[in-house]
Amino acid sequence: MYKWIHQFGSPKYFYDISLHLSKWVTIVCIVCFIGGLYGGLVLAPADYQQGDSFRIIYVHVPAAWMSLFIYVILATSGAISLIWHIKITDIIARVSAPIGASFTFLALSTGAIWGKPMWGTYWVWDARLTSELILLFLYLGYIALQSAFDDKRIAARAGAILALIGIINIPIIHYSVEWWSTLHQGPTITKLDKPSIHLTMLIPLILMVIAFKTFYIAIALIKTRSEILKYECNSSWVKKILGN
Amino acid sequence: MSLNNFFAMGGYAAYVWSAYGISFIVLFLNIFLAVRNERKTIDELKKRLGSNNK
Repeated sequence: MYKWIHQFGSPKYFYDISLHLSKWVTIVCIVCFIGGLYGGLVLAPADYQQGDSFRIIYVHVPAAWMSLFIYVILATSGAISLIWHIKITDIIARVSAPIGASFTFLALSTGAIWGKPMWGTYWVWDARLTSELILLFLYLGYIALQSAFDDKRIAARAGAILALIGIINIPIIHYSVEWWSTLHQGPTITKLDKPSIHLTMLIPLILMVIAFKTFYIAIALIKTRSEILKYECNSSWVKKILGN
Repeated sequence: MSLNNFFAMGGYAAYVWSAYGISFIVLFLNIFLAVRNERKTIDELKKRLGSNNK
């Protein structure tokens, strides 16, 4: 296991693997994106309560899920780099933070646009919306920390500690709709025993979730490769790549 | 379903299309910034490598 971690943590190994991975992830992303958009905007019937406005779910929910998922990545990479001092996890966390912040912004803004016709207001200070806004501030704080230190190792360590403290916010966001009374509707998807969504509406949503996840992986891989090249610019394998 | 009906979104056109519009802008910016950063990085490193060899 330890050997595997170190092999995976080797920049050259990661670079080579990521080139292959990028290709497949991009293909899956494009296919799921087109399928999800077509299914969600055209094939799925209008909701019996919300009419066509429910179609915002196909960008809102994937963005919100990814905002949580990427934060967990930040915290996990933070823990790994604090324990094992592996460079690659520092890089992954650093390049992921702006993507996560952009998804958080997306979840908040599409939620506000959806809230106006359904709740009559763009914003309420309830548990779900407020905790998601705090998530955005956590991301912005993380990004600010990364640029505040000249020494990347200190920045990574400070970021890791912030990410690990902020992880407490993730279950709060997830369970906020159950713990507190809120305008936000309860979970639609994760009630597996009695799903409250029809298959023609659910399948496009699953496709969009996969599309957003692979989108994140594809973007993070591009950025990680750039960072690896910068970091390893004096090693022979980088010179070989840049030479041709 | 006609194309007009599709764009009208049952009266919710302004909400649905602005939500999708913002989504596309955010996704596009992510792609644009990542690719631009990659090109810039490779260009700079190539330049540095070239000047070292002279």
